[in-house]
Amino acid sequence: MGKWTRRAFIGAGVLTGGALVVGVAVRPGNPVDELKGTLAKGEGEELINSWVKIGTDNVVTAIVPHAEMGQGAHTALAQMLADELDADWDKVEIMEAPGIGKFVSADIGREFLAPTLEVPAILEPTVQGSFLKLAQAMNLQITGGSFSIRGTGQRGMRTAGAAAREMLMASAADEWDVPVSEIRTEKSMLIHDKSGKSEPYATFAAAAAEQSLPAKPKLKNPKDFKLMGKPIARKDIPPKVDGSAIFGVDADIPDMKYAAVKAAPVVGATADSIDAATARAMPGVLQILNMGDFVAVIADGYWQAQQALNSVQTKWSATEGDSLDQDAIFARYTAALDDAGTDGGDVETEEGDTGNAFASADIQLEAEYKAPFLAHATMEPMNCTAWLRDGKCDVWTGTQSPLGARSTIADTLGIDMENVTLHNAFLGGGFGRRSEEDAIVMAVRLTKAAGYPVKVIFSREEDTQQDFYRPSAMSRFKAGLDKDGKAVSWDNIHTHLFDPADAPTVPYYNIANHRIRKIDVPMHLRFGPWRSVDHSQQSYFIESFVDEMAHAANKDPYEYRRELLAGSPRHLAVLDGVAEMSDWGRELPEKHGRGIAFVPSFGTIVAEVAEIDMSGPKPRVTKVFCCADPGYAMNPDGFAAQMESSIIYGLTAALYGEISVKNGAVQQSNFHNYKMLRIDESPEIAVKIINGDAKRLGGAGEPGLPPLAPAVTNAVFAATGKRLRELPLAKHKFA
Amino acid sequence: MIKLNVNGTTQEVDVDPNTPILWVVRENLKMSGTKFGCGIAQCGACTVHLDGKPIRSCSTPVSAAEGKAITTIEGLAAEDGTLTNVQQAWISEQVPQCGYCQSGQIMSATALLRDNPSPSDEQIDAAMKGNICRCGTYPRIRKAIKVAAGAKTASTEEA
Ligand code: FES
Ligand code: FES
Repeated sequence: MGKWTRRAFIGAGVLTGGALVVGVAVRPGNPVDELKGTLAKGEGEELINSWVKIGTDNVVTAIVPHAEMGQGAHTALAQMLADELDADWDKVEIMEAPGIGKFVSADIGREFLAPTLEVPAILEPTVQGSFLKLAQAMNLQITGGSFSIRGTGQRGMRTAGAAAREMLMASAADEWDVPVSEIRTEKSMLIHDKSGKSEPYATFAAAAAEQSLPAKPKLKNPKDFKLMGKPIARKDIPPKVDGSAIFGVDADIPDMKYAAVKAAPVVGATADSIDAATARAMPGVLQILNMGDFVAVIADGYWQAQQALNSVQTKWSATEGDSLDQDAIFARYTAALDDAGTDGGDVETEEGDTGNAFASADIQLEAEYKAPFLAHATMEPMNCTAWLRDGKCDVWTGTQSPLGARSTIADTLGIDMENVTLHNAFLGGGFGRRSEEDAIVMAVRLTKAAGYPVKVIFSREEDTQQDFYRPSAMSRFKAGLDKDGKAVSWDNIHTHLFDPADAPTVPYYNIANHRIRKIDVPMHLRFGPWRSVDHSQQSYFIESFVDEMAHAANKDPYEYRRELLAGSPRHLAVLDGVAEMSDWGRELPEKHGRGIAFVPSFGTIVAEVAEIDMSGPKPRVTKVFCCADPGYAMNPDGFAAQMESSIIYGLTAALYGEISVKNGAVQQSNFHNYKMLRIDESPEIAVKIINGDAKRLGGAGEPGLPPLAPAVTNAVFAATGKRLRELPLAKHKFA
Repeated sequence: MIKLNVNGTTQEVDVDPNTPILWVVRENLKMSGTKFGCGIAQCGACTVHLDGKPIRSCSTPVSAAEGKAITTIEGLAAEDGTLTNVQQAWISEQVPQCGYCQSGQIMSATALLRDNPSPSDEQIDAAMKGNICRCGTYPRIRKAIKVAAGAKTASTEEA
């Protein structure tokens, strides 16, 4: 873990009209004064990121630099800020920071490099140049890597709230001529009990900005939390029940037209020629464009555009990928693993002498696992609306990376970033897919070609076939056990590593000799971060194999993991927690089974138990128990919702998820052949949260997913004796 | 010109009669609460009521709505903005995550509870399995439907 050694840099200013704005930036080892001028200039308009605004109406606005895609980050971040500020929650509003220069400046960005900070690599491809550095230092405006709460919230929002409060108290103390220690705050009010004086924050907003900036505002202890740690209702939910929430696809721009697009079915191909005679004659059709890597029809309505596009015949150029089938891809992995043999590949971690320990082990175990490509299938298909006029471009979409998108748009159009305005809406699901910019670039190119505002909507087919997929992967293990079944060696080699680097490692398990290697095999499909990234495959591999070790050792899989975790009390508490809540060991009916898996990821420790019923025509997961330690759950109900969500998302993948390639193109197209879990297959889910260390926060959006697949396949083994070394379950026959 | 009654208001739209209701509602009538998810009646994101019955508006031509009443998510709440029991239960149980599927979920649940005020788990599954939620809000949807059912029948049954 990188150390959180940065100090917070605080700036304050007054907006026209008298609102106090306090912004925070974080950087290691720099004196505050050096940056103060840059952070808060004049009217406060130049703050690089204004995280809290206190208006003259005493409304506190939390300005949140992250996208809301259902993970509840807006509310949880506002909760953290409001708690430190002692704000009246009923008068807290949330605004998403726009991806514009007021909130971030490239020059400041360059200043903010923090090499010790661990940043999920999901963030890296989405930002460039100075923004990458800014992101590394401040985690600003990129949503991913389960990072919002533990990064922005813990260091930024809380500091901003606490600083604003201290400045307000200092102003009140001056005005009332009383010691600041006699002033207390409650529900956006400053109170001096002795004199009976009390005033809303707004009264002192302007004066507060004149106060010297606290270098290190005091943060609350968990025992004093009023909002943090409470299951507060999310503020984004009411508009999501009456149809008023605006998503990217809902952008409504005067005179915009609609585009349907079809990109090359085999990545890298271009449209040699198109036959659009039929399309041209169809109602509402305005333009048919061969954009090279994709074909587009622009029409008065989206449906018209899509209908016309369906009738366009395109001849795509030949590419190397044309002959590739799914089996060939796995054959390629196999060959590469064979090539690497016992000593090839890149060593990721190594300790002890794995070769010798294995050779002399009493029990030797080997297994090979496979996981398929997966699409994200966000409920809202990819889309973007763009309008280029007079050298300026406005873009409406839902993105996990508004800054990265802005810079890409500027590059695409050859204009200055200052001339790009990005309007970020609610995201109809992200899961990593909305950190990519393909639809955005298409919309921008189309508005440029057409000369008017264009809304691009991917059909579900396009969304499924033009994803940045979770990579398929293979992994081989060898383990040595002594005569008591104790693990003495762990030797693993796997294909591909994307992120995070700890995904294939098991430092929490006591195994004296271990070695983990990877090989890179060129991949034909585009790949990208998919909820929990590499943990999604690696944890399936690892926790299945640990289960195999337990059975080889003739031990109960829960007890076996207890031994492997001996000496790690936080880890054990989570494992024991799930065993207890699931009543591990309880008798199950015939052909039912339960499986356990344990995965710490994104700073959160999670153990899950799945129960499966194999008596019917197809496997049915009936119950999932989840015990999780995120350090401290800022919003326990929101955290539990993320566990539930990850479990269902993971279960869809475990049961059905498979993207396969034929002749270089993705075969699946829509929900009839890329199946989703539905409510009638949804298990009962129980979540237990352990607040194990309030100083070290973990993520919420992803860590619930990795243990799910192995818990399910381990349950299948328990019920049937069949070890599933390849996902999904739908690939297997159960007699 | 096609005459449409949407949420109690009659209006005329000039569209190809084959255009699915979904796109007419979203693009011509500018009501964006009804969502596009799949276009082939697989996901339920586009669910609206046609004469009270839940339908997949992505796969129903607007011509089929002539002379009938369309209700969309925007038409559920009372004039004064009071939300329905179902909508309120969706808030109290904190159902939506990204929220994109939820208009469709709420339309399906509303029709279910109107026809069957206290559905069993199986009946809930049967009525709701046409609605996909990628955020996995199913456990909360089940709970919210029961809460809404309880609110409806609170006078006669124990909650
Ligand atoms: S959009 Fe109509 S059912 Fe999916
Ligand atoms: S809430 Fe996101 S798809 Fe259902």
